[in-house]
Amino acid sequence: MNYIWYFLILVSIVFGVINGKLNEVALAIFSGTELAVRIALTLIGIMTFWLGIMKVAEKSGLAEFISKLITPLAIKIFPEIDKHNNVIGDIAMNFSANALGLANAATPIGIKAMEKLQEINIDKESASNSMCMLLAMNTAGFQLIPATVIAILAANGCKNPTSIIVPTLIVTGSAFISAILLSRFLQKIFPPQNRQEVSDVG
Amino acid sequence: MSVKAVIDLISVLLLPSVILIILTVALVRKVPVYEVFIEGAKDGVKVSFNVIPYLVAMIVAISMLRASGALESVAAIFSTLLNKINLPAEILPLAFIRSLSGSAAIGIFSDIIANNDINSYTSKLAAIMLGSSETTFYVLTVYFGAVGIKKYRYSLICGLSADLVGIIMSVVVARCFFS
Repeated sequence: MNYIWYFLILVSIVFGVINGKLNEVALAIFSGTELAVRIALTLIGIMTFWLGIMKVAEKSGLAEFISKLITPLAIKIFPEIDKHNNVIGDIAMNFSANALGLANAATPIGIKAMEKLQEINIDKESASNSMCMLLAMNTAGFQLIPATVIAILAANGCKNPTSIIVPTLIVTGSAFISAILLSRFLQKIFPPQNRQEVSDVG
Repeated sequence: MSVKAVIDLISVLLLPSVILIILTVALVRKVPVYEVFIEGAKDGVKVSFNVIPYLVAMIVAISMLRASGALESVAAIFSTLLNKINLPAEILPLAFIRSLSGSAAIGIFSDIIANNDINSYTSKLAAIMLGSSETTFYVLTVYFGAVGIKKYRYSLICGLSADLVGIIMSVVVARCFFS
């Protein structure tokens, strides 16, 4: 991440000079900070609401019910999580919310799952295999119906905006599956840096 | 009812029904819903504030990159190559930006459909590309930021590779369906 972040900033400044847009690049620093805080502020409300709703789902046993339904599949994708850990319920609901296009609900639920994964993570600064897998599933953006895009197409006079549903499903499905397979493959190439600690423990 | 009307109806009903189901099940099972909601909601502020340093770092870098015109410059280099394999060059900025910024991707998409026939292959390809993707950088920043993970290991490579699969598949599938 250190190199990538540095690289993004370096490329910006170099191209700012080449394209004569250095002033715009400088201004973007301030508009960027403003945007970041605005996103965080919006997040406060959404997070608060969904964490509340999720607590209710947890206390009522609904989360556990969904968790049990999905466990057989989940332990295949997340072999390192104990099958009695209720984080599986959160992961299942994060996936469902994403699939249904409820991005506002998916993010808080996903973060809750991340917190539980962090509890069982050994190196608190470095991502565990399960965390990387959860994020692979989330960055792939699997969605059953791309409602936003359909709405934009319809608003601009498209005759059959729903014709993109099946093609989009094929694309997002294959990206999702490759994300899971890639995550499995890459975790062997990039093992946790604290291997020593892991072998000491177990 | 048309397919479009059904989808609209589902989109409108989905969120309220999920909330209603969760609360109803809880109430039936004698859970004090209001009190439990408040108890769970307390963490929201803390988690959101944790994300701020991560968000500032990432969004400033991406804003700078967009302002520098680097994406357009790279797209211009590739465009002659793309035209040779019959791929519209306007798609390229969208392919680049969709992993970096969701709102920028929607902006570029709006540009593409404004400058092309809405029912054309180019517009449909752009729609599929946008609809099948998620903002990889944003997701990584927020999720890892919320729990204080600083070393992402292979997550970015994994996310961007899956995005690349999505881009290639968009072109393949759009050709099969719309050209």
